[in-house]
Amino acid sequence: MFENLSNKLETIFKRLRGYGRLNEDNIREALREVRIALLEADVNLNVVKEFIEKIRARAVGQDVMSSLTPGQQVIKIVYEELAAILGSTGSKIVFSARPPTIIMMAGLQGSGKTTTSAKLARMLLKDGQKPLLVAADVYRPAAIEQLNILGKELGIPVFNGNGTADPVEICRGALTDAKENGCRSIIVDTAGRLHIDEDMMRELKNIKGEIKPHEILLVADAMTGQDAVNLAKSFNEQLGIDGIVLTKMDGDARGGAALSIRSVTGKPIKFIGLGEKLDQLEPFYPDRAASRILGMGDVLSLIEKAQDSFNEDAAKKMQKKFREDSFSLADFREHLMQIKKLGPLDQILGMIPGVGKLKDKDVDESELVRIAAIIDSMTEKERNNHTIINGSRKKRIAKGSGTEVYEVNRLLKQFVQMKKMMKQFSKPGFMKRFGMPGNMLGAGRGMFPF
Amino acid sequence: MLNIMNEKKGISLFKTYRDKFERLKSGLSKTRSGFLSGLTKITGRGRIDEEFFEELEELLITADVGVHSASRIISGLREDAKKNKLKESKDVEQCLKERILSILNSQFPISNFQFPKDSPFVIMIIGVNGSGKTTTIGKLASKYKKEGKKVLLAAGDTFRAAAIEQLEIWGERSGCPVIKHQSGADPSAVIYDAIQSVKARGYDIMIADTAGRLHTKVNLMEEMKKIKRIMGRELPGAPHEILMVLDATTGQNAISQAKLFNEAVGITGIALTKLDGTAKGGVVINIIDELKIPVKLIGVGESIEDLREFEPEPFVEALFER
Repeated sequence: MFENLSNKLETIFKRLRGYGRLNEDNIREALREVRIALLEADVNLNVVKEFIEKIRARAVGQDVMSSLTPGQQVIKIVYEELAAILGSTGSKIVFSARPPTIIMMAGLQGSGKTTTSAKLARMLLKDGQKPLLVAADVYRPAAIEQLNILGKELGIPVFNGNGTADPVEICRGALTDAKENGCRSIIVDTAGRLHIDEDMMRELKNIKGEIKPHEILLVADAMTGQDAVNLAKSFNEQLGIDGIVLTKMDGDARGGAALSIRSVTGKPIKFIGLGEKLDQLEPFYPDRAASRILGMGDVLSLIEKAQDSFNEDAAKKMQKKFREDSFSLADFREHLMQIKKLGPLDQILGMIPGVGKLKDKDVDESELVRIAAIIDSMTEKERNNHTIINGSRKKRIAKGSGTEVYEVNRLLKQFVQMKKMMKQFSKPGFMKRFGMPGNMLGAGRGMFPF
Repeated sequence: MLNIMNEKKGISLFKTYRDKFERLKSGLSKTRSGFLSGLTKITGRGRIDEEFFEELEELLITADVGVHSASRIISGLREDAKKNKLKESKDVEQCLKERILSILNSQFPISNFQFPKDSPFVIMIIGVNGSGKTTTIGKLASKYKKEGKKVLLAAGDTFRAAAIEQLEIWGERSGCPVIKHQSGADPSAVIYDAIQSVKARGYDIMIADTAGRLHTKVNLMEEMKKIKRIMGRELPGAPHEILMVLDATTGQNAISQAKLFNEAVGITGIALTKLDGTAKGGVVINIIDELKIPVKLIGVGESIEDLREFEPEPFVEALFER
């Protein structure tokens, strides 16, 4: 999508060569494309309109810097403004000075409240904030049972009122229970509701009145469309929320709802849900979300993942090898195995800008195994110097690894290409030419596995 | 249209029809009020000009009709206006109604369930997490049970905590037995057992629950393909319906969901849930226009009768009725 937007903007600005500044006319055309991109990402129309105005004001009269093409410059402005609206830094849960810290979860049906409650409890447990989970959803069949099971799995107590049908009473009991058992935090899972439902909203208010939460988190589905604005507004006006958790971000939704919700409530997005497993809750980073809404891929998350799984010394060694052009097939193999460690390949690829669209194709993880097999069938000498691999050696390698000669050829070709690319990467100033914000790749340069 | 109904089938039917229509109307009240007040404002200005079309397009986009479908509808309206030499903007309203209706009608009447004559009817329910699969199954089961059918439910969501229990509660409420395994079991095995049971005990209808899965998860999509394969192997022709349950508040991602689920197992229809909770029912138009997949069921309220077969005409009428 970003590639798309980027290309469209390039076409629009092609005529611009020779002009020194961006003007009203050419900006208008470009902003139309930006507008469509944002609408396709489900950003609310009114939010888009406001946003576009801001961009217009900033973009008009900008010097077209020599290092940037105008299209990229517009994207840079859009990106910066997006990140600015989404909030400058990630914000966390504020713990009460006098525990327990009480957190109340609210949201529409099916947004992921129960799962998120459990995930959050797990996170708090790790932070040393001994949590108590409270099952106050007495309506959905088996909702309490669901939380019981999740709590058991995590080794976190769940207070469920033992059959009490009144959520407010359950919450009251939970407060006492938490104090008796020395819990430092309480997470209350409430019933899901459509925000039109006044009875239910009243019940939420009653719960709020009873437990006086320090933090009310609105759980919202990242796939929500134009209605995100109404939902956020009605929860915020009627209940008053302190933060937002955006769930199901592991799909391919671009998450424009984040922008809509943030701009109507002004409240920070604190966490994002990235899967069904209980450890898949992460802090929200505005700059990454901005890239995603624009379809730019999540380079920063990828780098962090890489940093987690890569040994830093090994990475430095690798970087040196790239610079000195002594990167060998043996190193390549090691690298591939590290990539495998990063996680499912399709997920990794999705995070790289421009590769997002590749996701349509099947990413075959077994391909990595085949490549490793081919390299394993080479002699030490061949691995360290691929240029000596001639026709008869190729035949032998193919036979040894149970592959075909054309596969060996393909691997060698890819290897040479990659070597070339990595040499480029390791040169200083490479990313600058792409008009990316300075910090985008800086941290990961040289560790970048592709 | 209502008059025709009246003459043809008598007053009593008209009454139930009217009652059904009112329910639909009130279920769509959120969508309608947002859409209509916008429309009234735009058509109220009188003249048909560039600004008029632009505002109308924006109105459609805010109803989640989608950028592409909206622009297609608008360019159609421009033609209508030119051809019929329309001068007043309120005349366009009728054209808009017809345009929307023609999109919705394009996938109708295949929208209705086709019950096989001499075999049990197997429905496979799929969708992303939290779209409302289990609730939809519960309502469908109650509905068929009331019609006197013998219904079996299969607890194919063995992954999510308490999903089996949730379906069992629906089974109890509707009086339909549930075939289940332990949590964490292979869903295909559950389905296998359920099909055997359907064959042995002569059920009319089997409804299979599956775990919610995001359409981008390759492994989970493979698992779903396997479930479908098992059904077909054990009962030729099954599943007869593969319904994708879609939350009506979903935005443009609905298209991606429907596309990928369709590629994986072939969707025969969509059940659009929680339509009463959103002001943006336009996603119906978007899906049918972009993907040519029929919307078969819509959920416009909590009660069992509020899960109903989707019919374009009453839907559009309810949307436009002031």
